[in-house]
Amino acid sequence: MLVTLSQLFIGTVDLIAAFLLMFGLWRMASPVTAPAGILVAGVGMAAAIAASFLYVFTVDAAAKPHLVLNSALALAALIIGAGIAWWSGRRVAITAMPQAVALFNGMGGGAAGAIAAAELLGNRAHGATQLVVTLLGALIGAVSLSGSIIAWAKLDRILKQPLRLPGLQIFNAAVLLAAIGLGGYIVMLAGAGTVVPPATEDLIWIFFGVALLYGILMTLPIGGADMPVVISVYNAFTGLAVGLEGFVLQNPALMIAGMLVGAAGLLLTLLMAKSMNRSVARILFSSFGATKKHRQGAIKGSLKPVQASDAGIFMRYAKSVIIIPGYGLAAAQGQGKLYDFVKQLIAAGVHVRFAIHPVAGRMPGQMDVLLAEAGVPYDLIVQLADVNADFSTTDVALVIGANDVVNPDARTDKGSPIYGMPILNADQAKKCYVIKRGEGKGYAGIVNPLFYAPDTYMVYGDAAAVCVEMSEAVRGLGASAAAA
Amino acid sequence: MNFQISVGGFIAVYIFMITAFAGWIIIGRVPAILHTPLMSGSNFVHGIVVVGGLFTLLNAATPSDRFIGFVAVLLGAGNVAGGFAVTQRMLAMFRPSKPRAKHRKARH
Repeated sequence: MLVTLSQLFIGTVDLIAAFLLMFGLWRMASPVTAPAGILVAGVGMAAAIAASFLYVFTVDAAAKPHLVLNSALALAALIIGAGIAWWSGRRVAITAMPQAVALFNGMGGGAAGAIAAAELLGNRAHGATQLVVTLLGALIGAVSLSGSIIAWAKLDRILKQPLRLPGLQIFNAAVLLAAIGLGGYIVMLAGAGTVVPPATEDLIWIFFGVALLYGILMTLPIGGADMPVVISVYNAFTGLAVGLEGFVLQNPALMIAGMLVGAAGLLLTLLMAKSMNRSVARILFSSFGATKKHRQGAIKGSLKPVQASDAGIFMRYAKSVIIIPGYGLAAAQGQGKLYDFVKQLIAAGVHVRFAIHPVAGRMPGQMDVLLAEAGVPYDLIVQLADVNADFSTTDVALVIGANDVVNPDARTDKGSPIYGMPILNADQAKKCYVIKRGEGKGYAGIVNPLFYAPDTYMVYGDAAAVCVEMSEAVRGLGASAAAA
Repeated sequence: MNFQISVGGFIAVYIFMITAFAGWIIIGRVPAILHTPLMSGSNFVHGIVVVGGLFTLLNAATPSDRFIGFVAVLLGAGNVAGGFAVTQRMLAMFRPSKPRAKHRKARH
């Protein structure tokens, strides 16, 4: 009776939880409803977790004697894991968000992998289908775990250089094939009925080792600017692994939530790849710097440096300004200083907007979050497709710490590595200011003809410092006007 | 009566297919400006794996099972709590030009 009731209750709560998780994501369609959406999803999650403790009434006979110990451990693990993650999630800087997401994502992959390990070692899979699905989930989960950790290390600048060795791709393919082969061998052993636990146990551990190794090797060669794609791929991987293990555990809530995230990750991955004009396969399996060296035509014009204060004053008297922030702004932590400057422009009657390229930053939408943190209202933030036609009627395009996303070569130069990539048409504005640390090239390592265009002026310096200087110049203008 | 859930092979494929479609449509509605919170939000959603971890740990009969289950719950709980904390923090920052009182909730 108690068993039946528990099953009924868990089933009902999981059903409601699955609905609430989907509904929560549905509410993310607008910044107005999104905060309520995540709360709704949170309620669903909390209910599902609380209800899982009713599993104590349904456990196998073999686990019955350990019930008290297991329950205590479960509570401890929940409190420790959630406590540490909550504490760090509350404290992590907004600029460090990509790392945090990568790390939490890896945890999910690891959890899915661990569940698969318990199923495999306990020999609980019923039939070949379940075994194959368990192994597949294990492989994907393990790759997601180790890959996400490497992605985190790269984003956190612990690993600074992408690893590029000749033949690495072939070696990686061999490692992946080895993992798949091991998995196939485990299935064969089980099918032949010769399951000798110690022997397969070793095989299972080797299988996990190889899968983890593949995750590491696959992520090491990928460069910093490709991180938006990598993070979405691993997000999709973890979702997929969770969904597959949900099937193994016969839990539809896990299947639905996992596959939902799998679809979300896939969609974002394709979106990012499209915005970079590169196929997902090329991002994951070849390295950007390794693409063929491209001979660029001679560049006409020269770099024209100007003072930050002059640029600031010019924008003060412009009618319209579109600001194009890039990773350089985030790296300089200049978003708050930039918004101080923008507030002065708005107060002076200038029409200011922020134009965000889909792959600006180190994860999809990172620049939007940074601007939101600085207090920029979301209705001032516009996306590429909505703003690109407006550049030709705009007085000033202000490029801050962005480079490749405003390179006009992407439109015209067929030989350029970034040819075909959608760009923000900063070159069509009447005047263009570019704030840059120095004369270096962008991530793609190519010269940007925009910087040499007749109407483009360079402001050299740290993005945050330049924004302060521009603000002071405009403020000084107001003060002298008041004095006169 | 029996409320044990049993999802056979083909039913599972159907569930996966329908969910993938639903996910594609739900996620397709989200504007680019919210893509980072969306990613951490979906990251939070797959944290439901902790439920599977709890099932594994509560059913553990051997010490190695127990250890693996403990790790699964630990990691899953981290995924849930971290994903939620980060997403909620980010979403609280998005404000319109003319703030309406009800969206002016205090942060934290």
